[in-house]
Amino acid sequence: MLESLLGPGGLVLLRDSVEWEGRSLLKALVRRAALRGERVHVLGCEVSEEEFREGFDSGTNSRLVYHDLFRDPLNWSNTGEALPGGPLGVLRALCTRTGPGPVTIALDSLSWLLLHLPCTTLCQTLHALSRQDSRPDDSSPVERVHVLGLLHEELHGPGPVETLSSLAQTEVTLSGSGDQASAHILCRRPQHRPTHKIQWFTILPDFSLDLQGGSPLKSQPHPDPRTHPVDPTSHLTFNLHLSKKEKEAKDSLTLPFQFSSEKQQALLCRGLGQATSHIFYEPDAYDDLDQEDPDDDLDI
Amino acid sequence: MFPELNDLLNASPDRAEPGKLTLLCDAETDGSFLVHHFLSFYLKANCKVCFVALVQSFSHYNIVGQKLGVSLTTARERGQLVFLEGLRSAVDIFFRAEGKAHPLQFLREAKAASLQPLYEFVREALEPVDQGEAAWKRPVLLVDDLSVLLSLGVGVVAVLDFIHYCRACVCCRLQGNIVALVHDSGDAEDEESDVLLNGLSHQSHLVLRAEGLATGFCRDVHGQLRVLWRTPSPPAQRGRSLTFQYKIQDKSVSFFAKGLSPAVL
Repeated sequence: MLESLLGPGGLVLLRDSVEWEGRSLLKALVRRAALRGERVHVLGCEVSEEEFREGFDSGTNSRLVYHDLFRDPLNWSNTGEALPGGPLGVLRALCTRTGPGPVTIALDSLSWLLLHLPCTTLCQTLHALSRQDSRPDDSSPVERVHVLGLLHEELHGPGPVETLSSLAQTEVTLSGSGDQASAHILCRRPQHRPTHKIQWFTILPDFSLDLQGGSPLKSQPHPDPRTHPVDPTSHLTFNLHLSKKEKEAKDSLTLPFQFSSEKQQALLCRGLGQATSHIFYEPDAYDDLDQEDPDDDLDI
Repeated sequence: MFPELNDLLNASPDRAEPGKLTLLCDAETDGSFLVHHFLSFYLKANCKVCFVALVQSFSHYNIVGQKLGVSLTTARERGQLVFLEGLRSAVDIFFRAEGKAHPLQFLREAKAASLQPLYEFVREALEPVDQGEAAWKRPVLLVDDLSVLLSLGVGVVAVLDFIHYCRACVCCRLQGNIVALVHDSGDAEDEESDVLLNGLSHQSHLVLRAEGLATGFCRDVHGQLRVLWRTPSPPAQRGRSLTFQYKIQDKSVSFFAKGLSPAVL
């Protein structure tokens, strides 16, 4: 999954929700890029620099350049500390960055940018960002630019979300079940069919990714060692089991309506005059014995 | 403050965690008891509190606070509590001379663009004073409530920006806490309210959601409280979520697990 996300370059859209947050995955991917030797630029709008760098090792932190749009994005403090040009200026400045080697740009988050910039401007700038590798006048080897954008799905209508989705080469939608997070990856490559994959994963405290193979539903939940499973067949007031003798008697029993050969013989042999049963009838005083056969008028 | 709620949240006045944004949300019920809880909690924890109260008057909060064991009048006189009474000061805007922007300046603007004056008010209120007694622990901002700002014509982005700046100042720089109440109207057509609620949920560490019971009004169970612990950044497991039902009494609120109200057992 990691190779397919950071391989071809272009925009990777991470769509998260309130229940399944995506910043941990963004940080895991940033760490991965930094460990591969790439320079990483982070446009931080939603969390402070300290909070974003928290959990990274020193190697990752040294490769990370944090553009702080968190402290004073709208220049309310008027101290001149704010980055020039506001959010759009910083984004455009990232477009023109040159230098050797591949570059990863993490946008935390696209939702913040979408709320503060017009959608069309943002899309044009994103397009320019992720297309840096195809400048026609550049004779140097193609540098791949990976753009990772975090998008909070619930904050925007379907229009902007679909627009950004169409710009993205890869879309990762975060969800999960129970305690386990999953990523639904949709990969679009030119001249290929889009590929889907669902990957279950955990993010470890040092922001490395632990990929799980199958869905957690396949693995049985481990029983809680403190509570012993209770056997429901103990302490019953009735007998659930049969003894050996009872089993034999049960097996040898013929069912009343089963037509076995013995029954057939018994039926056939009855006509041989063996008086097997007699009926003794004592008529009461009130009995009306009519000797007429009520079926006489039937023409059989 | 309600001791049972403290137990549920595993919090106590002497160990308030710094730098947290707590979001209070109510849907089809009145979640203001949570505001009273946090107000008395932080006053008892000896924190400096800036309370932006846009919904009720000072005396209302004072009366409820006295039932919970804090006196807002005393706290205000001591300088522990900075109280912005929205209902009263909204009228002041029209009768004062031009000068520094009033915190509720947006009421005078035809198109309310930003809440920067309100942010400046909060910042000045909670900025630590060097020469005075540094007796207060961390600063706390309490807002009751943010949905009123939407109703007054402020845009969603402006409210989110206001909380953003408050977070940068109060949570990150001053290591304080923010508690804000938002209403969930449940109306599918009210997109601004949804965006505000979701946008704030993404930024918060703790979300307390008070809902009415799905089956309607009940005398013994007043509602349901869902607690969601969110950690926006560290890769902990998905936030823990617990649900309780509650009953509001005169001076306290009792919490119990779903279906286990004492009236039913």
